[in-house]
Amino acid sequence: MDLNLTPEEVAFRDEFRVWLQANVPKDWAEWREKPLEESFPYLRAWQRKLQEGGWAAVSWPKDYGGRSATLMQQAIFWEEMARLEAPPMANALGLGLIGPTIIAYGTNAQKKRFIPGILSAEEIWCQGFSEPNAGSDLAALQTEARLADAHYLVNGQKIWMSYGWVGDWCELVVRTDPAVPKHKGLTVLLVDMKSPGVEVRPLRQMTGESEFNEVFLRDVRVPVENVLGKVNDGWNVAVSTLMHERGAYGARLILIFKRNINRLIELTRKVQRNGRPAAQDPILRQKLAQCYAEVEIMRLNQLRAFSRITSTGAPGPEGSIQKLFWSELNQRLQQLAQELLGPYGQLLASDGHAIDKGIWSYGYLRSRGNTIEAGTSEVQRNIIGHFVLGLPRSY
Amino acid sequence: MQFGLNESQEFLRDSARKFFAGECPMAEVRRLMETDTAFGANLWSKLAEQGYTGIIFPEEFGGVALGIFELILLMEEAGRALLPGPFFSTVVMAGTLLDALATTAQKRKYLAPICRGEARATVAFFEAEGSWDLADVRLTAANGELKGEKLFVPDAAIADWIIVVAQNGVFLVDSKASGVRVQPMLGMDLTRKLYSVRFDDVPGEKIGETAGLARPRAIATAALAAEMVGGMQRTLDLAVEYAKTRKQFGKPIGIFQAVQHQCADMYLETESARSAVYYAAWALQHHAPDAAAAVSIAKLYASDASRTVGNRGIQVHGGMGFTWENDLHLYYRRAKASETTFGDATFHRERLARLTIDAEVVSARGA
Repeated sequence: MDLNLTPEEVAFRDEFRVWLQANVPKDWAEWREKPLEESFPYLRAWQRKLQEGGWAAVSWPKDYGGRSATLMQQAIFWEEMARLEAPPMANALGLGLIGPTIIAYGTNAQKKRFIPGILSAEEIWCQGFSEPNAGSDLAALQTEARLADAHYLVNGQKIWMSYGWVGDWCELVVRTDPAVPKHKGLTVLLVDMKSPGVEVRPLRQMTGESEFNEVFLRDVRVPVENVLGKVNDGWNVAVSTLMHERGAYGARLILIFKRNINRLIELTRKVQRNGRPAAQDPILRQKLAQCYAEVEIMRLNQLRAFSRITSTGAPGPEGSIQKLFWSELNQRLQQLAQELLGPYGQLLASDGHAIDKGIWSYGYLRSRGNTIEAGTSEVQRNIIGHFVLGLPRSY
Repeated sequence: MQFGLNESQEFLRDSARKFFAGECPMAEVRRLMETDTAFGANLWSKLAEQGYTGIIFPEEFGGVALGIFELILLMEEAGRALLPGPFFSTVVMAGTLLDALATTAQKRKYLAPICRGEARATVAFFEAEGSWDLADVRLTAANGELKGEKLFVPDAAIADWIIVVAQNGVFLVDSKASGVRVQPMLGMDLTRKLYSVRFDDVPGEKIGETAGLARPRAIATAALAAEMVGGMQRTLDLAVEYAKTRKQFGKPIGIFQAVQHQCADMYLETESARSAVYYAAWALQHHAPDAAAAVSIAKLYASDASRTVGNRGIQVHGGMGFTWENDLHLYYRRAKASETTFGDATFHRERLARLTIDAEVVSARGA
């Protein structure tokens, strides 16, 4: 047990801190409120700059343009990014989830073809997993791929695809063998989103924005050399991507949560409740302290998980605990913000009376999706029950 | 950065687990809890042989001089075994207090016999108001003599010394002195006995000022939270084992999600409490600026979680969980007693609020 940074971790932090201070864009505040469609070229340029400095994919092996950073160094990286309020990178899924999967399962030709474009943000990646009839039961997906000469012919529909509107390439999970049990007939294809037969439609969510897309695939031709991993071994490839999803989320989220809870504490001192500052209301004090404690525990759980993953070598079911914890905590935190702000909590960004530019009304609505996206709370509890505690599989 | 056990810490944990499994099985816990004091002389001397009674105290007084983190690991195992008797009162409460406040001569006289397993002590804090706030302590020493009553004093009947927290200082009293009257208070936790203690003009030896209590109390609070984590872990293990073997509708009940998700939540709560306790121990050991907040976070979370985990554990066991024969209620009782000891979740949330909401600067702390 030693929570001090090692000399290597200090050196890593200091090197990045110096680079970031010199290179972080100064005008991000002007861009961050704009729709993603408008700011996307800006984010591409920022990622390219990070890549030139060797900072776009610190977790990747050195041979692939990364820094072979430990999980703790990755956490340091995101902490520094948040500290200087640096913009996010354009190719978030490519860098965080799909690149690592290609590095793990790809052929040499695939790595050579795709890795540079992911790093430079020249090719943006999206993820085609969920379908209208395959959400939690992902392995039941029906989008089919039939072999025809040197091509697969893909037909089906995907949903909840982030970055679908801007995606150049997609990690697509398809059914290649309908005759075998569902997990055994899946294959992962790397699909050019500009192929004929790919149609992308925006999916408007309850917040009013369209973060996600629906994608329709009609007789889309995918060359056989674009199979990632082995044919009919797609389940393992997809699970590897999902593990990265559940593991990588946390490090960045903690800083957002810390910022939110500290902002709520500041508001508590200003907002009046029953004729006195909310900070003096004993019940709000209790609720705020509980939330503060849970945000801190989220950070500590994360550090413990990082240490465990570092000693076992791969992301595992630890990510499920984190996902369950942060998603439910965020809903409690957003509800607490609503209680604190009273009638002002409901005001939208466009209303002149809104507090903090409407982030709390948005946060309340957006957090409702947290316990559903990236694996529902029910699925996370199934994973903990079966894979961690060894209880029999319930489904 | 390494947030986990190193090799020697793993060794300590494993050997403590083995020790308690051999020397303090549930049959022994049940035998001792049926006695008046829950004290086993034989078990006590074995705890001393292991060095546990002197685990964090300096070698010059016969201690083993390990760190707070090691104490926390030992307490976790003690909690898992539901160790009955005066270990917490003697070593964790009285021992850390003497270590922090007493003079060298006093430590030789009182702490050294505790380390050697030859003496037992307890701390008397609570009064009729039932408050863990130092400001609510009324009992005052006059001319070196104590007069008044303390309540909820653990293990007072088998303590050689009672350390009394008074308004104007901390005093050590010989429990055999005339004017000391010890009466049992009948609490839910059968493994750790409580007493009321009356002092009628009893001479007390001054150990130190009350201002010095903050640190030993923080250490004891974190250690208690660690013991609670051990109890939660045992409750979880029992529930998972039962869910795998108990069959209804022709299937092990653990296959049903309503049961499985209870277990998953128990796991989440136990691990989260453990993270908070580990960090509190580290922060105390290294005098981190957020140590006080870390201790409150650990105790408030463990206080709520140990109750919740106990509820879930009994629910998973169905009717069997409600029987005297099943061990779960013994952990459930301990959890309730520990929940209020050194302040419950509400107390520590308010304490945390003072440290965060009322503090001038709240700084964002990252990973």
